[in-house]
Amino acid sequence: MTDFETFLLDGRPVRFTRGQTILEAALAAGHYIPNLCHHPEFRPHGSCKLCTVKVNGRLGAACTVKAMPGQEVASDTPELNGTRRVLLQMLFVEGSHFCPGCEKSGACKLQALAYDLEMLTPHFEHFYPSRPIDASHPDVLIDFNRCIMCELCVRASREVDGKNVFALAGRGTASHVVINSASGKLVDTDFALSDKAAHVCPVGAILPKRVGFAVPIGERLYDVDSISTQAEKRVGEEV
Amino acid sequence: MTKAAGHHPTELDVVLARHGRDRLRLVQILREAQEIEGWIPPETVAAIARALDIGVGEVESTLEFYSFFYRRPRGAYVVLFSDNITDRMLGNRSIFDHLARRFGVRRGEVSSDGLVSLDYCSCTGLCDQGPAILVNGVAIPKMTLARADQIHDLIRSKVPITAWPKEFFQIDHNIRRADMLLGSPFVPGSALKAAIAMGPEAFLVEVKRSNLRGRGGAGFTTGVKWEAAKKAQGDERFIVCNADEGEPGTFKDRVLMQYYPERVIEGMALAGFVTGARSGLIYLRGEYLYLKTPLEEKFAELRAGRLLGRNILGVEGFDFDVEIHMGAGAYICGEETALIESLEGKAGRPRIRPPFPVVCGYKNKPTVVNNVETLCKVTEIALQGGATYEGYGTKQSTGTKILSVSGDVERPGIYEFPFGVRVNQVLDEAGARNPKAVQISGASGACLGIREFGRRVAFEDVPTAGAFMVFGEDRDMFEVARNFAHFFAHESCGFCTPCRVGTAIQAKLMDKIANGHGTQYEMAELTHLREVMRAGSHCGLGQTAGAAIADTIGKFREDYEKRLAHKDFEPAFDLDAALARARSVSGRDDAASHILDHA
Repeated sequence: MTDFETFLLDGRPVRFTRGQTILEAALAAGHYIPNLCHHPEFRPHGSCKLCTVKVNGRLGAACTVKAMPGQEVASDTPELNGTRRVLLQMLFVEGSHFCPGCEKSGACKLQALAYDLEMLTPHFEHFYPSRPIDASHPDVLIDFNRCIMCELCVRASREVDGKNVFALAGRGTASHVVINSASGKLVDTDFALSDKAAHVCPVGAILPKRVGFAVPIGERLYDVDSISTQAEKRVGEEV
Repeated sequence: MTKAAGHHPTELDVVLARHGRDRLRLVQILREAQEIEGWIPPETVAAIARALDIGVGEVESTLEFYSFFYRRPRGAYVVLFSDNITDRMLGNRSIFDHLARRFGVRRGEVSSDGLVSLDYCSCTGLCDQGPAILVNGVAIPKMTLARADQIHDLIRSKVPITAWPKEFFQIDHNIRRADMLLGSPFVPGSALKAAIAMGPEAFLVEVKRSNLRGRGGAGFTTGVKWEAAKKAQGDERFIVCNADEGEPGTFKDRVLMQYYPERVIEGMALAGFVTGARSGLIYLRGEYLYLKTPLEEKFAELRAGRLLGRNILGVEGFDFDVEIHMGAGAYICGEETALIESLEGKAGRPRIRPPFPVVCGYKNKPTVVNNVETLCKVTEIALQGGATYEGYGTKQSTGTKILSVSGDVERPGIYEFPFGVRVNQVLDEAGARNPKAVQISGASGACLGIREFGRRVAFEDVPTAGAFMVFGEDRDMFEVARNFAHFFAHESCGFCTPCRVGTAIQAKLMDKIANGHGTQYEMAELTHLREVMRAGSHCGLGQTAGAAIADTIGKFREDYEKRLAHKDFEPAFDLDAALARARSVSGRDDAASHILDHA
């Protein structure tokens, strides 16, 4: 009975193995904690802060805090969900996220989380950034106006593809993803549609061309089930 | 503007060779590469990327992060006005406007002849002798309209800065109250001799007994930090002196480095003696460029006296040397993990902690990061022992603290008090003029009103990294908080959502109130936003960026309310402002082309 360890997530025991973060352990056990910049294949990043939880009364990002036996973790509380809703609103106004005109609609994690956390309005004044689109690549389009600075593409390209196509530059709200070529254009890199980096964008910033509506709206990933239900179901299937 | 081909690569090659084409030295390389043309053109970016064997994007990532790196041509003379609230109180804006008129150049622009560019920058650490400016990186305090005219003439006549009157660059120490540290004579080498006589273990016991806590603000126990670095696994260790004194309103580290450099450097060597580190790095903020050469001359002097280098004071195997890394205009690099990222030539984005620097710091090796003042304090402990030290200050905050006092006082400058001193006493000694508020520990600190002037400066009551800005009864605390809001929006590193977006929204809301469009709704918004930023931010910057606003809303609400529109709500969209472009296109600016609804 004691060959595994547990912590408490919203009062429920969650098993974990040493070295796992709270988020990894929770997701593996089928308990959803909202997240955007996390990806199971990459090292924790901790920038979106959607997964902020209370660990023994102290706030921390669940993706960076290691699970420890006996921890009491609060996640699904009105207070924390309220904070998450504000963080989503911040991301919505910082970029230009016009869901009805975005081909990622229905398969976008930002949109799915906004539905799941019942974000009803963007609330804050829009920033209306003006970031030029990069359509230079034959197979992939980048609309930087939808970028949420999660650096998943940066990490995927470096860690999985071994290519180093992207980098995050700038500071504050001037932060932006740059492309590692003299022209600054994607076409002048060795980026390919088969790269991991072409498929990790949680929003509609990096889009494979010519497949935008292959899956009709209404039948897409999060059209069927909410993002939290998906995460919980996925574990059920594996077991 | 274009130089002959083949000319600038040679100069750049010299820079690259000097730094061994080492990617970890990218910030230093960019600083020096910029000196070639005054900015960093795309071909230089490409050449650096090739030489360091990294992507162009990685060079851009560092380049675009720091305020003092330029991707577009700048004037031959770059004039930056320090824009801390204390500079504003001393009239920096009217001097700026005067100079801008005389040069016929607008903020952020280069004059058409390429001679000069004018802009504002964050606090330059000269609050006791402001308003201050930087000309091509070199500080000039005590600006007046007359001095601005002189500078205008010198620039117009293209006189090199090295030939400008020496008194322009005279920076005073303004030490008004000296105590344990500032008032004691110090013989270089004496602290090292005392520590060597004790041995590293016994000296560490003394440091721990003194209960010395870090003077950078967080107050972590120095002895515990050293011990952790000493015990951590690693074939190499580093001592980093955090001289990125960027907190608006603080300037005591500048004085320590200028007038007490032996103490600072010997403190680093003592840290090396205890932990076994052989390399020390001083991370000097870009604004303090004028301190670089004097410090390096001091290194040479100490090497000659066997107080740095190999076999220090003849002790076989006690090797320790120091070098300077310059910052380039980024407040966040005062955060120790952001500082380490910057030391490694990257953008200064704070790391995830744990692991802490004592285990995994510079080059992923055990690293001690200590504040300038903390390092001075350890020389005292070596000389006087931990127990004597412990008897000074309060139980939880031992020893003395150096305060940087500025604002509405007769005698701005440096004050060293034992910890536990009451705010009132500092105000009295500095000659405060009818103070209504004190901002302690800078923009990220606490704003105290009159009723709190009996509180004590100590980690257990009002902690401080040293800033002590005084505001007289006629000052507008809304404008103080608004200045800080823009500071944080400018300095947020952009890594995490709550700080990157939150600081920008906060600044917009403060502007909305300043423009007469604010209501009680905005007040509630600011308060809520502060909670989200405090709860979610990755590091101390975002966690404290709303504090001054929350404090001033709580204590000086009338300074906000007098600006509020008497409505329940005003939309963020400002119809009149939105018509500005149409007015500009149609060449109209008459009353009928404006929508007036300031009812």
